Amino acid sequence: MNSTNRTVVVTGIGATTPLGGDSASTWEGLVAGRSGISALEQDWAAELPVRIAGQIAVEPSEILPRPLLRKLDRSAQFAVIAAREAWADAGFTAKAGEDSSIDPDRLGTVVASGIGGVTTLLGQYDVLKEQGVRKVSPHTVPMLMPNSPSANVGLEVNARAGVHSLVSACASGAEAVGYAIEMIRTGRADVVVAGGTEAAIHPLPIVAFANMMAMSKNNDDPHGASRPYDKGRDGFVLGEGAGVIVLESAEHAAQRGAKVYCEALGQGLSADSHHIAQPEPTGRGISAALEHLIASTGLNTSEIMHLNAHATSTPQGDVAEVKALAKVLGHELDHIAISATKSMTGHLLGGAGGIESVATVLALHNRLAPPTINIVELDDEVDAKLVSTEAKPLPEGPVIALNNSFGFGGHNVVLAFRTV
Amino acid sequence: MAATQAEILEGLAEIVNEIAGIPVEDVQTEKSFTDDLDVDSLSMVEVVVAAEERFETKIPDDAVKDLKTVGDAVDYILKNQA
Repeated sequence: MNSTNRTVVVTGIGATTPLGGDSASTWEGLVAGRSGISALEQDWAAELPVRIAGQIAVEPSEILPRPLLRKLDRSAQFAVIAAREAWADAGFTAKAGEDSSIDPDRLGTVVASGIGGVTTLLGQYDVLKEQGVRKVSPHTVPMLMPNSPSANVGLEVNARAGVHSLVSACASGAEAVGYAIEMIRTGRADVVVAGGTEAAIHPLPIVAFANMMAMSKNNDDPHGASRPYDKGRDGFVLGEGAGVIVLESAEHAAQRGAKVYCEALGQGLSADSHHIAQPEPTGRGISAALEHLIASTGLNTSEIMHLNAHATSTPQGDVAEVKALAKVLGHELDHIAISATKSMTGHLLGGAGGIESVATVLALHNRLAPPTINIVELDDEVDAKLVSTEAKPLPEGPVIALNNSFGFGGHNVVLAFRTV
Repeated sequence: MAATQAEILEGLAEIVNEIAGIPVEDVQTEKSFTDDLDVDSLSMVEVVVAAEERFETKIPDDAVKDLKTVGDAVDYILKNQA
């Protein structure tokens, strides 16, 4: 294989989510069908129209030292925690260079956030108004900038091949993973730490999303509020956390004897150019992204057995996604086990593509598709054989899994992973 | 009442501990903020603002660049406190 079309594999995973403080506990929660959604008990939430969220299971203050916490926005704290787990899981014992199995000049990071350091921005504005000019933290700018998570992960691992941050709202994390795959495939890097993070549980983003009529107001039933494909779904539930994977050229992974979870086949991309926030109703852009994926990777569609769907629990989006896939895959959709893991984690916006990449990788590794919880009465337009409220085994032999992420702005990203 | 040299050192040690996580006993007069105490230029601004508040003094930006060591800061505060 020539240097511009190299095979890319996944060698490490890490996560911190509403279900657990690492990827193992998150996976355990997903397979068990546990909801990570809870009531917002904070004083500031009392008067909000939405008072539920997928709050992080393990606070960063329990893990990171105080000096680091002071300098990192919550979104970067999550990213660093997930990246440290993924880095160690990949078998690296120190940062690049100190660990001689990885050259810093051949290492990159692509960690995305949809919103960036919004709690820092708003929190420091409060400091300015209440305590004056002198008290505004000198770390404010490097904390709030949306490239902060990627840059801080880059500092953690000593990445010098490139530190990038793609911003495409709720598609950001998936677009980051796709970009990372391309960095390795085309020879720019041997290893890239990639994923997504989000920390937007704050009254302003919550009210702003609620005023778009995008969020579930099922405050009385937190565990049942995120219900993709159910007839009673009434919007997404905001979640927070990060998911990060280590992508590596197959050759580099083999040279250092790394364990390999699966192959990262590539990405399919498109844009709707329809409306700034509404999904295009026919799913034209989603079909186009899937077609782009199939054309660019040459994957065998009969091997697609699992999909981690975008499915955020909005009335319009969930069904449009399934229809768009059916348009491209036809009867081959019938053997795909679809999982809407947002039913358990909530929607992590730019973090979604990160934690759902982790979930997709683990689904292949364990040959098990997580359930979709809270389907009490399935939407008439979704075929019952596609979704399951219990975890569903995936078949033996070569299996491809897709991970969909779409974002405000009309961004469509489909990632593909394959068993090895 | 003005703080003594020892009190200023003790106070700075607590501030540096809070901001950079360095044990208070390691914050000695000859130590460089940047090289020894993991206080970069941004964190130095935090140290200065905390010191101004604690010792009721003003440390203008022009003066901050000359505060290389903990001893420099102790001396400046000792001379300029209210």
